[in-house]
Amino acid sequence: MRIACPLCGERDRREFYYKGAALVRPAEGADLETWHEHVNLRENPAGPLDELWYHELGCGSWLKVTRNTATHEILDVELASEAGLGGEK
Amino acid sequence: MRFSGWRVLKEGLTGNKGWKPHWRDPEPKSEYDVVIIGGGGHGLATAYYLAKEHGITNVAVLERGYLGGGNVGRNTTIVRANYYLPGNSEFYSHSLKLWERMEQDLNYNAMMSQRGIINLFHNDGQRDAAVRRGNAIINQGDDAELLSRERVRELAPFLNYDNNRFPIMGGLMQRRAGTARHDAVAWGYARGADMRGVDLIQNCEVTGIDVEGGKVIGVQTARGPIRAKKVALAAAGRSGQVAAMAGLTLPIESHVLQAFVSEGLKPIVDHVITFAEGHLYISQSDKGGMVFGSYLDFYSSYAARGNLPMVEHTMESFVAMVPALSKARLLRSWGGIMDMTPDGSPIIDHSPVDGLYLNCGWCYGGFKATPGSGHVYAHLIATDRPHGAATKLKLDRFRSGVGLMDEEGTGAQHNLH
Ligand SMILES: Cc1cc2nc3c(=O)[nH]c(=O)nc-3n(C[C@H](O)[C@H](O)[C@H](O)COP(=O)(O)OP(=O)(O)OC[C@H]3O[C@@H](n4cnc5c(N)ncnc54)[C@H](O)[C@@H]3O)c2cc1C
Ligand SMILES: [Zn+2]
Repeated sequence: MRIACPLCGERDRREFYYKGAALVRPAEGADLETWHEHVNLRENPAGPLDELWYHELGCGSWLKVTRNTATHEILDVELASEAGLGGEK
Repeated sequence: MRFSGWRVLKEGLTGNKGWKPHWRDPEPKSEYDVVIIGGGGHGLATAYYLAKEHGITNVAVLERGYLGGGNVGRNTTIVRANYYLPGNSEFYSHSLKLWERMEQDLNYNAMMSQRGIINLFHNDGQRDAAVRRGNAIINQGDDAELLSRERVRELAPFLNYDNNRFPIMGGLMQRRAGTARHDAVAWGYARGADMRGVDLIQNCEVTGIDVEGGKVIGVQTARGPIRAKKVALAAAGRSGQVAAMAGLTLPIESHVLQAFVSEGLKPIVDHVITFAEGHLYISQSDKGGMVFGSYLDFYSSYAARGNLPMVEHTMESFVAMVPALSKARLLRSWGGIMDMTPDGSPIIDHSPVDGLYLNCGWCYGGFKATPGSGHVYAHLIATDRPHGAATKLKLDRFRSGVGLMDEEGTGAQHNLH
């Protein structure tokens, strides 16, 4: 598996750390149910999934990677900082 | 048809013409008392114990492929009961006891081999953790023995004792642990369930779960709708997808785990041995192949194959641990889909939908759980109360944070186990 980092170009999977599904973080005072959903529950699709990968041995950027979990095909990569994930739900 | 040494001899002398198929291939009926989704080890064992222990025989096991084609036939076959935390501890203890009488119970040769497991440690911290875990195992009533470096050397002289970073200081041994032939476990339970009247239905993917007024009423399948009073999920790596059919979202991510087998070698590795540098585990099959594996690939996956970095890592660990076998050639490798929970421990529980039961989150340790899981799950389905050995395998622990079973102590978070 190779991931095309927007800053570094296409790099080997070994350079990246995997975080999991790219989810929008709930607001600070969100209720228990919202946090439970965010921390524990997963759609876990067999197909395209938005994920967070960290370019640990490269530029150090967090990336939002859209990847097909059934084929491992990388469909899209963008900087997480530009993907609007930091907002409150 | 009963199996015995006498029978094998007789068939051998008469051209093996008397063997019959081990189970029927029935058409699905329109209605069952219990429908089990998934014909892996857990689904088949559940059907068997429902029939045998609870007299519930109007049961169908629906399998999308063929029986035993999932993880039950893809694992590295390690069976053990050396857990630390309450919840896991009593459950795996219960399971190991069932393993010990499974073959007699099923009249089926599962090649259960209690060859013992040795968990190596390489530093003082790991040694302390091994002592602590050993004591917990003994308190649970199971066996654990601390081995000195010299004793490990007697049992496994071929290991690398003086690796600079990971010298072997000793090991924690459980003699009752070992390996079993995974396919035979699936087949034995399938045959036992079929003999008691359970319908095993292959090529029958469940495509929908019908819920009416918060209660399950049946399933939609590739072979038509089937009504059911109770529906029991046992779909392992596909649990999330099957649960979604009933509108449920589970605390599960599916990940890929790989396994490796070398060419056949003369007997050298007598035990199951694990290396604590990472997560390497090795054993030698009866055919002589070294059977080994290590970590997950560590990204969500439904592909039953992994990537090369983990192949490389596993080979590096193997060669570091057993340099004597560094010239052995790798014969095969494959992957399986694991249903990972945030704390790395399983769920056997009611679901929020009336009449729908959950059995999932087996991570990479669900083979050893097979008899125990089937036994306690059948109890839950039949009586609507958890079995005494499975009172803590709750779905709600993730919401409440109470009773999490994070054996590694790394935190109950996805992608840490
Ligand atoms: C490489 C590898 C090594 C492992 N090593 C070990 C080990 O050494 N020790 C250990 O204890 N555990 C080990 N495991 C884990 C263990 O194999 C699994 O946890 C366990 O087999 C899961 O339970 P099961 O047997 O019921 O799963 P499976 O055999 O996967 O059964 C689930 C079944 O459900 C079916 N299914 C899914 N969706 C549907 C649907 N919609 N309709 C109908 N059927 C459906 C699937 O086809 C499958 O047959 C390993 C796993 C892997 C992949
Ligand atoms: Zn980069």
